[in-house]
Amino acid sequence: MTRNPLAFPLSKGHAMPTENRDDTLAAHAPSMASAIPAGHGHVTTGEFKIRARDVNVFYGDKQALFDVNLDVPAKSVTAFIGPSGCGKSTFLRCINRMNDTIPSAKVHGSIEIDGNDVNAKSVDPVVLRSRVGMVFQKPNPFPKTIFENVAYGPKIHGLATGKAELEAIVEASLKKAGLWNEVADRLHQAGTGLSGGQQQRLVIARAIAVSPEVILMDEPCSALDPIATAKIEELIDELRNQFCIVIVTHSMAQAARVSQKTAFFHLGKLVESGPTEEMFTNPRDTRTQDYITGRFG
Amino acid sequence: MLTWLSLLFLALFSGAAFMAGRGRALKAAGGATARLHSLPNYYGAYAALWAGAPAALLLLLGAMFGGRVEDAVLQAQRPAAVSALTPDRQNVFFSDVQAIASGQAASEVAYDGPLRAAFDAKVVEARNIEGIVRYSILGLAGLVALGGFLLVIPRVNTEFRARNRVEGWIAGVLIACSVAAVLTTLGIVLSLIYESWRFFETVPILGFLFGTEWAPQIAMRADQVASSGAFGAVPLFAGTFLVMMIAMLVAAPIGLYSAIYLSEYANRGLRSTIKPLLEILAGVPTVVYGFFAALTVGPLFRAFFNGIGEQMAGGPLDGIAQYLMQVQNQMALVAGVVMGIMLIPFVSSLSDDIINAVPQSLRDGSYAMGATKSETVKKVVLPAALPGIMAAMLLAVSRAVGETMIVTMAAGLQAKLTANPLDTVTTVTVQIVTLLTGDQEFDSPKTLSAFGLGLTLFVVTLGLNIIALRIVQKYREQYD
Repeated sequence: MTRNPLAFPLSKGHAMPTENRDDTLAAHAPSMASAIPAGHGHVTTGEFKIRARDVNVFYGDKQALFDVNLDVPAKSVTAFIGPSGCGKSTFLRCINRMNDTIPSAKVHGSIEIDGNDVNAKSVDPVVLRSRVGMVFQKPNPFPKTIFENVAYGPKIHGLATGKAELEAIVEASLKKAGLWNEVADRLHQAGTGLSGGQQQRLVIARAIAVSPEVILMDEPCSALDPIATAKIEELIDELRNQFCIVIVTHSMAQAARVSQKTAFFHLGKLVESGPTEEMFTNPRDTRTQDYITGRFG
Repeated sequence: MLTWLSLLFLALFSGAAFMAGRGRALKAAGGATARLHSLPNYYGAYAALWAGAPAALLLLLGAMFGGRVEDAVLQAQRPAAVSALTPDRQNVFFSDVQAIASGQAASEVAYDGPLRAAFDAKVVEARNIEGIVRYSILGLAGLVALGGFLLVIPRVNTEFRARNRVEGWIAGVLIACSVAAVLTTLGIVLSLIYESWRFFETVPILGFLFGTEWAPQIAMRADQVASSGAFGAVPLFAGTFLVMMIAMLVAAPIGLYSAIYLSEYANRGLRSTIKPLLEILAGVPTVVYGFFAALTVGPLFRAFFNGIGEQMAGGPLDGIAQYLMQVQNQMALVAGVVMGIMLIPFVSSLSDDIINAVPQSLRDGSYAMGATKSETVKKVVLPAALPGIMAAMLLAVSRAVGETMIVTMAAGLQAKLTANPLDTVTTVTVQIVTLLTGDQEFDSPKTLSAFGLGLTLFVVTLGLNIIALRIVQKYREQYD
């Protein structure tokens, strides 16, 4: 995989081990796959994890997305960019059916993960969301201890059979999220007592504790300072070895730094998508060019 | 009438002062209002305030206390014939004088001889004094109004900070209102403490707080047959506690669950139907709940328990059966259940507000983890709302403890130390009502004990509210 020339310097020095770094967590990968039967079986880097075809979304009478067709590659970072209200978050929320929680929202078209339509009647959104984790704009740790925050997913999905196993999952997740060293001695203090950047890494640890296949991030750094942002970006870069990551961002520099593929949305339409490097150096559409050069948005 | 007329006149004068202040400011600015420190209306308002407010205050004080001044002046000199009367008769004499002087009907006491002469003289004097007091108040108010006006108008120029001063007045009015509320509360508490202190002079405080017998009917006169009186408040507080516990057992789960349903599960249409219905329930006067308890729920429960007793009679539990057959309409259970029904909308609407205040981002976070709705409610929403819900419950307890009407009508009057919900009990509030209703003298321990009970109740509910606040603060520190 070619590195992006605009990439953030911090993430360059990092070795990318190809093997699964934590065996404990892998051993507890959820048996959820049976709920959505694996279509293509083994997914290798370079294949597409998510395929969206003719996705239209309505909020009441207002159409928010128009005929979106997009393929999201596995084990890489895909960035959605575009001005506010362009539909990028709406599309993100379609992937794990978070729009179900909004009564007026209607989604047409198909979104397939490993060849299985997420909107199919047989798919339980609860099971889907255990495979597709999500990180929000504002850190939203639960009003519980750090440990309980990370253990939340494994507990509700019954991923751990004993206390020791649960502790192992929590430790592995916190280590993956790069938070373990900072919180190891205060696992049983409130998660809300952490700093903003730590909270965001805590909710990332919470999301990866259930070993999802896809992690959706909705502007994960917009509420953070530059140093915390750099840490999260570094983390995203590490996580893409194991997960398919989709990130919505307002910062084009961030998209350039962390993503391998970029999709540009404008007024509810997917204008252009392609390898990040190409998008930023040689955009095909004039709207894309105008946006990335800062002429609007 | 005179007061109203003068207030109207003062309002007109104040309006004129407004125009004058505004006009002078405009003139000083020479047409360019931007040169003024404040907007022209502020100059007008400042002049109007000084012209109107102090004089109006004076007039109101005069209307409130003028009569007392008149009385004091009138009664300062008492003719010999009047001084010879008993103090009670003297009071009647002077109130008759006032009545005749102001053209109202006097009492039927006849005044003869020297008393008649003194009476007529005093009537004339009363009319004179009334005129003097009234017109001096009016004159003084007029002077104050004019003085305020003359003091302010010359100071109006472009540099004058009228806005700051008017805002100072507004702040003063706001402070006065909040101080009035605080002072009133303080006054109530102080009078409660004073009367209780008088009570505890005759009845030892430890005996009151820890005594287990309550029989306040003591002899008022030496020839009356009555008990010597016992003021042990424990049975009353035990009764209060029993009824409160039953009420909370009804109100806490139903109110909380309905709040969870309304805020998390109900769709918009259902919510907009059920919420107003609950609020209607909250608007039912407690006296209506009282007779609902006494006339409907009481007989229903009695019939129910009597029926069970009849079924069980002669069986192995004959003793219990005999007891159940004798259960009366008035019992702690009836009062508690009806009070619980009364508290449901209170608990529900407070909890609903608290649950709605839990940020949506927490719910989204939980759903995004693949949690179901009930898992989200149980593990994320309720823990986040818990301190608020605890506080709501304690507020409901405070209300249950202070509730009077339902227990008066449905719980009974007998002070009993019992934990049996089928027994009649009495509560602190019921005893206060029975001790103070009707003609009472406020110097016997019997009536004064009401203040002792009131003070104790006040301390208990105050303590509950403080604990509620503490709990909320403690969890806030941990979770926010």
